[in-house]
Amino acid sequence: MATIEISCFEVWREISNYLDEEISPEMRERMEAHFKTCAHCNAVLDGTRNVVGLVGDGRLFQMPEGFNKRLYKKIQGDP
Amino acid sequence: MHCWALIELERVPRPGFRLREGAAYSQPRPLLSLRPSNVPIARVANRFLRSFMNTDMPANPQLRTNEAELIKSVCDGKREAFYELLQPYERMVYATAMSVVKNPADAEEVAQEAVLKAFANLANFRAESKFSTWMLQITYNEAKMKLRKARSHLYESLDDQQQTDEGDYYPKDFADWRPIPCELLEESETRQAIQNAIASLSPCYREVLILRDLQNLSIKETMTILGLSKATVKTRLHRARLLLRDSLAPGIDGSWIKGQDYRKVRSW
Repeated sequence: MATIEISCFEVWREISNYLDEEISPEMRERMEAHFKTCAHCNAVLDGTRNVVGLVGDGRLFQMPEGFNKRLYKKIQGDP
Repeated sequence: MHCWALIELERVPRPGFRLREGAAYSQPRPLLSLRPSNVPIARVANRFLRSFMNTDMPANPQLRTNEAELIKSVCDGKREAFYELLQPYERMVYATAMSVVKNPADAEEVAQEAVLKAFANLANFRAESKFSTWMLQITYNEAKMKLRKARSHLYESLDDQQQTDEGDYYPKDFADWRPIPCELLEESETRQAIQNAIASLSPCYREVLILRDLQNLSIKETMTILGLSKATVKTRLHRARLLLRDSLAPGIDGSWIKGQDYRKVRSW
């Protein structure tokens, strides 16, 4: 059976769920068929995927220096 | 060095991600043989840290048992055991506070208050959720309370209500963003630009983004901590990611790093 076509608009609405694998196999198939032919949606997909990768990278977010020492002191009951 | 930095335990890549060539995620292996030369230790250590928090994976029975023992020790009066219990989650406590208050000094204060509150109430922890989820829930509530106390945020929170636009999304443009950005995080300018973009999101989007994508919490944990429905978590995460894409995609291509205008790579 041929895959039912999907619009760009529908793809944008589901792109985050697509990355998180929170969509049905049927929707995944439709989106993947769309990505094969639509450069715009590929650009949105790549960009969104990159955002997730960047935000999740350990280098992005640093704790202030001495944070854990000060926390430990608090737990010890020091002023 | 903490022992947890020596081993990489992440079992699977994030869904939808392309693995780096040569990277193997399927089996726990010693760090040195696993880490590709171009992936810094901090990133590998972070993956390990995040792997603690992913409830989509089977729970680590050893960790849970150890936590239960530590909780009992604290309740029996061993104050120092609390630090051991908390240590794997320090960063997450701080990041959760930051997602609400944005300012590092306030976030640290919130983190300290939350930790003391958790310490005082540990006997009430019933293990219905993971310790980490409970701890982050306390942190989130403390951070919200701090915001409420600060008059200056009254206006911001009113704005947030109006900015919670969970309707349809249209991309600002179709900037082509080649899949190479992780190396860019070595540059402090890039890190700052991304942090600014995250900070500029409405709190309702930023909170979900930080819990889900920075801390890699499951949808269920995020729902518990923020007190939101599954649909709302998914919608806000979706919007947060796309807003960030809109603000960063041209920048990643060079404009906010080198002061150049964005140039399309493809002909369309």
